[in-house]
Amino acid sequence: MIYFNNVSKVYRDTVALDDVTFTVESGEFVSIVGHSGAGKTTLTKLILAEESPSDGTVFFESINVNKLKNKDLTKLRRRIGMVFQDYKLLSNKTAYENIAFAMEAVGKTEEEIASDVPHVLELVDLSHRVMHFPYQMSGGEQQRLAIARAIINQPELVIADEPTGNLDPVNTHEIVQILKKINDLGTTVILTTHNRGVIESVGKRMITMENGKIIRDTKQDK
Amino acid sequence: MTMITLKRIIKAGFLNFKRNGLISWAAVLVVTITLSVITTIILLQAVLHFSLNQIKDKVDVTIYFTVKAPEEKIILLKSSLEKLPEVATVSYTSADEALKLFRDRHANDYATIQALDEIGDNPLGAYLNVKAKEVSQYESIANFMKSDNALVSGSTSIIDKVNYHQNRLVIERLNTIISGAQKLGFLITLLLVIISIIITFNTIRLTIFISKEEIGVMRLVGASKMHVRGPFMIEGAIYGIIATLITLAIFWPATAWLGVKMTDFLGINMYGYYLSNFFQIFVILSLSGIILGIISSFLVIRKYLNK
Repeated sequence: MIYFNNVSKVYRDTVALDDVTFTVESGEFVSIVGHSGAGKTTLTKLILAEESPSDGTVFFESINVNKLKNKDLTKLRRRIGMVFQDYKLLSNKTAYENIAFAMEAVGKTEEEIASDVPHVLELVDLSHRVMHFPYQMSGGEQQRLAIARAIINQPELVIADEPTGNLDPVNTHEIVQILKKINDLGTTVILTTHNRGVIESVGKRMITMENGKIIRDTKQDK
Repeated sequence: MTMITLKRIIKAGFLNFKRNGLISWAAVLVVTITLSVITTIILLQAVLHFSLNQIKDKVDVTIYFTVKAPEEKIILLKSSLEKLPEVATVSYTSADEALKLFRDRHANDYATIQALDEIGDNPLGAYLNVKAKEVSQYESIANFMKSDNALVSGSTSIIDKVNYHQNRLVIERLNTIISGAQKLGFLITLLLVIISIIITFNTIRLTIFISKEEIGVMRLVGASKMHVRGPFMIEGAIYGIIATLITLAIFWPATAWLGVKMTDFLGINMYGYYLSNFFQIFVILSLSGIILGIISSFLVIRKYLNK
């Protein structure tokens, strides 16, 4: 599903990614682990074409993401659900509206929105927070809301970039369980973290990065 | 864009306006100030225009004829003057009428009246009062009078004097002041309008700057440019509409007060002017306000959308 071919990314004189090559199959749950600055976030930005590689190519299925025009880029991003460390919720919209906005963006009707939003909020255990604004919720709740938004349009891929970075162990566990549930339902998940404990509880494929290089990939170990 | 998208954009615009609270009202306040500046300029222009017209109206040139001048020749001159493109009106006062006016003017001045009675004959000649369309045109009219052209042959012999030559300096000075006042008025208007637009643009820029992060998030979620930009433009339009209503409401009592207190000083009833031009002022203000709001939002958000 995702193919990185000898990808390098250089910011002025800092090398963020150094000749990275790997593949993610459809339906996989891949964890990418590494210290801050190892290149994990750069990697996710390259998939979304928020950044373009200095060298090499990134493919989403048969699409070279850096050759996309603005309009097609929007279409690509609709196939990917993003979860961030800082949640990136719309602060002046309620939980319901945050999710509804993502559905409106892809042109869903009011009926679809009214029937799907309560479902997904129930899935992430936020039924009691429908009309709350993000600032009225705890960190764990905000992150669950962000996940709900990420999966509402049934994306083929969910990228969670340090989703547990700001959370305590209990909330971290909950978030990981939700991501596993999403994966079990057939969605490909890429999870990045600097917390090795998070990954071990997942027990799936793990890619370890250091200084912009992949130093270990459990899939290849097998 | 479908109807449903449009509906959502408008709804989101209103919702954002409501939820942004103080920030929205701060923007409305700034737009209100801009619109108030525009309204003040409209009213000042009216006063300036009115005063200048009054001054212009007071300027005229009088051609005095000799006592013996035959009336038909004067009438002939009058009709040829009226054919000049620069001339607005020409009024004829006969010798008898001139005498009557003179007597009326000096009705309390016994000595003058007695002297007049003693002469017996009418010592006054007839005269023509000429008003030009523009103050600057008196010179060419005076020149026409000087030239003894074919149309009014021999007219110079019946003309006693033309008071343009006595009033020339005053008329020329007045002319300079009037055109100067108009130019200055235009420059000040332009300057104030530009300053107001820049301030409004910057205020709207600040309100959108606060949402900078959110704009990025909306794009990441897959929203189209219009879906992100639309609500901000609607918000801009709302600023304009509310500011228009506030401005109109402020100027209602303000002009009423001016109408009561300042009509003598200004020479024009501001309240009457405001009411009789209310619709035009409303259109100018609402269009300026809405266009200013929408275009500012559009330009500001473009910067964040392209990231």
